[in-house]
Amino acid sequence: MNALLELRDIRHAYGKQVVVNDLSLTLRKGQIGCLLGPSGCGKTTVLRCIAGFEPISAGEILVNSVIVSNAGFCMPPERRHIGMVFQDYALFPHLTVAANIGFGLHRMQKTGRDSRIAELLQTVGLIDAAAKYPHELSGGQQQRVALARALAPRPDLLLLDEPFSNLDVTLRERLSLEVRDILKSQNATAMLVTHDQDEAFAIADEIGVMHRGEIQQWDTAYNLYHKPSNRFVANFIGQGVFLSGKILDPRHVEIELGILTGQFQHECKPDCQLCVKGHPVDVLIRPDDIVHDDTSPIQAAVVHKAFRGADILYTLRLPGGSTALSLVPSHHNHAIGEKIGIRLEADHVVAFSQSAS
Amino acid sequence: MAALVLIPVGTVISSFFAPASDIWQHLVETTLASLLVNTFWLVLGVASGTVLLGVSLAWFTAVCEFPGRKFFSWALLLPLAIPAYVTAFVALGLFDYTGPVQTTLRAWLGPELSWFPNVRGRMGVITVMILAFYPYVYLLARNAFLTQGRRSLEAAQSLGFNRTQGFLKVALPMARPWIAGGVMLALMETLADFGTVAVFNYDTFTTAIYKAWFGMFSLAAASQLASLLIVIVFAMIIVEQRFRSRMRYAETRQSGRVNRIPLTGWRSWLLVFFASGTLFLSFLLPVTQLGVWAADVFAQDFDQRYLEFLGHSLLLSSLAALLTCSVALLMVYAARRHPDPATHAAVRIATIGYALPGAVLAVGIFVPVAWLDNWLSELAMQFFNIETGLLIQGTLFTMLIAYITRFLAVSHSPIDSAMQRITGSIDEAAMGLGLNGWTMLRRVHLPILKGGIFTAAALVFVDVMKEMPITLMTRPFGWDTLAVRIFEMTSEGAWEQAALPAVALVLAGLLPIILLVRQTEK
Repeated sequence: MNALLELRDIRHAYGKQVVVNDLSLTLRKGQIGCLLGPSGCGKTTVLRCIAGFEPISAGEILVNSVIVSNAGFCMPPERRHIGMVFQDYALFPHLTVAANIGFGLHRMQKTGRDSRIAELLQTVGLIDAAAKYPHELSGGQQQRVALARALAPRPDLLLLDEPFSNLDVTLRERLSLEVRDILKSQNATAMLVTHDQDEAFAIADEIGVMHRGEIQQWDTAYNLYHKPSNRFVANFIGQGVFLSGKILDPRHVEIELGILTGQFQHECKPDCQLCVKGHPVDVLIRPDDIVHDDTSPIQAAVVHKAFRGADILYTLRLPGGSTALSLVPSHHNHAIGEKIGIRLEADHVVAFSQSAS
Repeated sequence: MAALVLIPVGTVISSFFAPASDIWQHLVETTLASLLVNTFWLVLGVASGTVLLGVSLAWFTAVCEFPGRKFFSWALLLPLAIPAYVTAFVALGLFDYTGPVQTTLRAWLGPELSWFPNVRGRMGVITVMILAFYPYVYLLARNAFLTQGRRSLEAAQSLGFNRTQGFLKVALPMARPWIAGGVMLALMETLADFGTVAVFNYDTFTTAIYKAWFGMFSLAAASQLASLLIVIVFAMIIVEQRFRSRMRYAETRQSGRVNRIPLTGWRSWLLVFFASGTLFLSFLLPVTQLGVWAADVFAQDFDQRYLEFLGHSLLLSSLAALLTCSVALLMVYAARRHPDPATHAAVRIATIGYALPGAVLAVGIFVPVAWLDNWLSELAMQFFNIETGLLIQGTLFTMLIAYITRFLAVSHSPIDSAMQRITGSIDEAAMGLGLNGWTMLRRVHLPILKGGIFTAAALVFVDVMKEMPITLMTRPFGWDTLAVRIFEMTSEGAWEQAALPAVALVLAGLLPIILLVRQTEK
């Protein structure tokens, strides 16, 4: 197992306020990881601890199996060989684009440096801007310069702190895919921090959802959406509502819309409490789990509708009084108050015991 | 308003081409070379000294953590409250041959003190000016370091540089425009300074202008000297503008929490010693000594005449503050109503007056006023056959015109930046809510501008109070103010007598510093 980055139970506190609490994770070489969470969850602090800008009060951080931080030791950032793209880019305004990119190549010969700069300008598509100054560039271009600058010394690990938060939405989507391609082409190992799940899904191979200084789940985007390990993750990732239901057996659960059949999100072990017949649960229903079907006997009233182009997101009041979301192709246009037929269509089940949170 | 500046400048510059008088010839032969040499060393010394002191203190208080950092970050601005000429005469009083320091040392170590530096020499003037003007560099450099220092340092570290390299390769070059701006301010003050060099008998252009006028009674020679000084000042303005234009560096916002580099052990104590030493020499020592002297002479000097000086100073300062702010307000509104290049240029020119040394301005105002006066009295003679005498010369009117010209920029910038906050959409929103004309001015504009106007008035008030050469050269005969009194007492070496008026100036000077500190602490 060639773990490039390993965090073992790290803890960080400002005074009495614990910001990062016994957090562990591993990132393999060539992987792109992401810490995803609402603002104030401590994700940026984790990044800064890895970079060496913050000390840790417990646990240890290893890069290439070498300890770079533990409770009493913090290797200076400049010796870690870890690159960083800052949220505000922190480009050097007094240097040209080329000089910014070449800034970290101070130990290289001039010829080697020049060819590396040229290569990166090519990679990020800014050859024409080499002689410009940062303030002459657009936000997206500045972002790419920051990326190129961090990549130039071929760091063992690249850290990106909310790299797209200063860009507008359309640019964000395009650039995040582009950045993934650039990182993969440079065979870089990277760790990203963001509060935007679309961004995380677009770039990262593996994502850790963070809440209150702890990682709730470290997984692929698919599993986070379809197999959330707790309620926080289920709520935070994607949309959906919880409907209460009863377990029938380890593959079936009954809710007011009918019986859901499918693989449960958790491994059912012999002494599993959840799968006991009749156990009360909250079942996560995503908008795509409910489909519109005029022939269905279950009728729900439209409370709200949000037109999204290809489809409409309806908020529905179910016969039992609870609310659910449904994503319907947009040619099925219904007025608010109208009753429409719906049917369950899901192949896996996400259920949490009603007593536990 | 631009004309107000252009007239004196034009007058002074045109005199450069005027036929050389005998006195001018005499000046060129005798003193000009030494004036240039003196000015050169002064500028060089003050520039390097303020950079060393200002930048280092700015860096340590902005980026590091050490005992008393919060206190020092604002306390180090305090020397701005003391006019340089006050620091100067206190320094002379303390360290001169007859002063307490040398006397005590002689008492201990015997009469030979050949190692003691000559306080009256070039190094003395330069040291005093550095101590008086370093806060300009400190203030601007600290601003630059606070907004970008820490972050850029982290960027450099993530690219494999240690902190020292990061400071030299990134933080310092990035702050260069701000540092240069601060140095320029310090140098403008240096070139305009009259009181300090007069106290030290260190001849520069400003003192030479004064001597040519009041010693040799040659206005022509005075204005020719003034024209030379103007050339030097304008050269500096051009340099400053070039730096200013590069200040449009993409400004990075200050990140939420600033992580400071903690300093411990002997480093932190060395730093505390350095900061408190600077503060002691530049502020505590002069203020304490002033207080002691003032207390000594209080009983006999605090009399009717002192109150008269004080009254004159207050009257002059308030009038000047009122007028200057009104003019600035008019200008700001004009620029808002007609945002065309012509208005813009006029505003730029009108605010350049601040760069004109007071001595130059006094000459530049006096010459056209004298001419106008003669013309008026001739006119009166011709048409009404009345002997009017001199109508404008030597009146408060002349002084006020000179003050407005010099301090317009001081009042313009706070009012202007307050006005920037009234965006077009605010006006539109107010109109949409049914306000217009006076109601809008009263209910929307005035409350927004109030703070700016107050700051502007306070700054002008204090500046006029401290102003020495203009007051000295254009005041009505026998009409003395605090600053004039200080000049007269110090030129006789009567330090104690100068202390009492100086205390009033320092107290007034604290006002804008408090404003400034509150602003920077936000």
